[in-house]
Amino acid sequence: MVAEADLQTVDMLLNMGPQHPSTHGVFRIVLTIDGERIVDAEPHIGYLHRGTEKLCERENYRQIITLFDRLDYVANFNNELVFVMAAEKLMGLEVPERAQFIRVILAELNRISSHMLFYGAFGTDIGVLATPFMYGFRERERIQQLFEAVTGARMMHSYFRVGGVADDLPDGFTAHTRALLDELKRGVQECDRLLTYNEIFLERTVNVGAITGEEAIDFGVSGPVLRASGVPMDVRVAEPYLVYDRFDYEIPLGKNGDCWDRFWVRIEEMRQSIAIVEQALAMMPEGPFQAPVAKFGFVRPPRGDTYARAENPRGDFGVYLVSQGENTPYRVKIRGPSFCNLMALKRMTVGHYIADAVVILGSLDIVLGEVDR
Amino acid sequence: MIGFFKSLAVTLQSMLRKPVTVQYPGEHLPMSPRYLGFPGLLWDDAVDEPACTGCLVCARYCPTDCITVSMKDNPLHKEGKSKRRKIVDDFQIRMERCILCGICVEVCNFEAIAMTDYHEEADISRGDLIATKEDLFRMGRDYQKRAGIVVGAGSGSEGEE
Repeated sequence: MVAEADLQTVDMLLNMGPQHPSTHGVFRIVLTIDGERIVDAEPHIGYLHRGTEKLCERENYRQIITLFDRLDYVANFNNELVFVMAAEKLMGLEVPERAQFIRVILAELNRISSHMLFYGAFGTDIGVLATPFMYGFRERERIQQLFEAVTGARMMHSYFRVGGVADDLPDGFTAHTRALLDELKRGVQECDRLLTYNEIFLERTVNVGAITGEEAIDFGVSGPVLRASGVPMDVRVAEPYLVYDRFDYEIPLGKNGDCWDRFWVRIEEMRQSIAIVEQALAMMPEGPFQAPVAKFGFVRPPRGDTYARAENPRGDFGVYLVSQGENTPYRVKIRGPSFCNLMALKRMTVGHYIADAVVILGSLDIVLGEVDR
Repeated sequence: MIGFFKSLAVTLQSMLRKPVTVQYPGEHLPMSPRYLGFPGLLWDDAVDEPACTGCLVCARYCPTDCITVSMKDNPLHKEGKSKRRKIVDDFQIRMERCILCGICVEVCNFEAIAMTDYHEEADISRGDLIATKEDLFRMGRDYQKRAGIVVGAGSGSEGEE
């Protein structure tokens, strides 16, 4: 018999995607595998490329908001927010306080709904089949009903405007949101109890795809993925925008930077978001919801360039905006958190089993709309 | 092992719960008053003519260029019945391109277009997805009646916004 070391073996190439169900969209990784172990992982992106940045150069400032809705299509408010913030920064515009509170409430609720989608999809990636998915989508549905009452659309809202928001909140918004928050608190608790300390779940996630804080910083990772590695970096705290400095909330931090930590950080973040929305509802002032700007938000920011950033559910979302003083921007560069988080995928997957690649990809929580733009 | 039984308990619990499923084609979920359905054209009942003058502003600002409009001289204006000098001749919206963003409604100076609550306009051929003027008035006038929208009586002037 030949000893195992003397056997002539060849690494195998395995295509995962673009039609693979656990790649969360049209994403492809070429895995080089040695038996069940992953030796190399090469991500291929671009299947959902729509040329958003180029389109931004011919659409005016009001129309671009609809494009930003479609970047990270599960965190629409957070995307719109960064673009309107960039335009406001360039114009030196003071946004009415009520509008800022409305933005905070909607952005945080959107964070919860996005993390709920992560929760459901991550459960499915692990192999828990339908239960977490149903739980996640049940909570998400409640939030989307509130969004529909406010903006008229469940996902593609185009509600934020340069200088404020499109319309004031509808009647009964506060009561509706309070009731929703009570349900969400119960829902998050239920989700947490179902999965977080489940034995099988722990087996699949603890010490899988671990990455240290320094490595995470080197890869340019941000958001929950970075905080799971124990780096206390959150744009809401580091560079407060809107009225985030007025609320009392914590930034949950992980220790090992493995899949379980990334999951846990997001569950905790949902609790903190609920706390923020509660405080914002109590503090929300009356007043105008839109600063006096050009009709319909067809603004012409002065010549210059600026960079605005905000904490998306997936991390640090930034927009670099160059204006020539015209009704369309000269250049819009988008710094997408999913795209940057994806860079760490190879470092995380190499050395693990094939089944773990699915879990690691799920724990990064990428949205291809924003990776490919 | 404990985890397995805990999960099973969850399954049993939800088995006894009342289902929340809405039997869709028969029943509908309530829609919010702000719901952004397909755009429809409104009718000026005071003069009995379209409120749209075919000014093209919606077509110009549409991010997906899905609107085609043309205008003609208004015969009722010559008779002195209407203040609208021009009136819409043809109006088409390509539903397969429309992203329901509501920009056309925002920019309209004559309150002539509105986002209706129509949302079940799926069809089996591309040609059927082009909403003609008749389709748009059918949706718009029906929505107008139900939502109680009255278009300014033959104003034909600049709207408030």
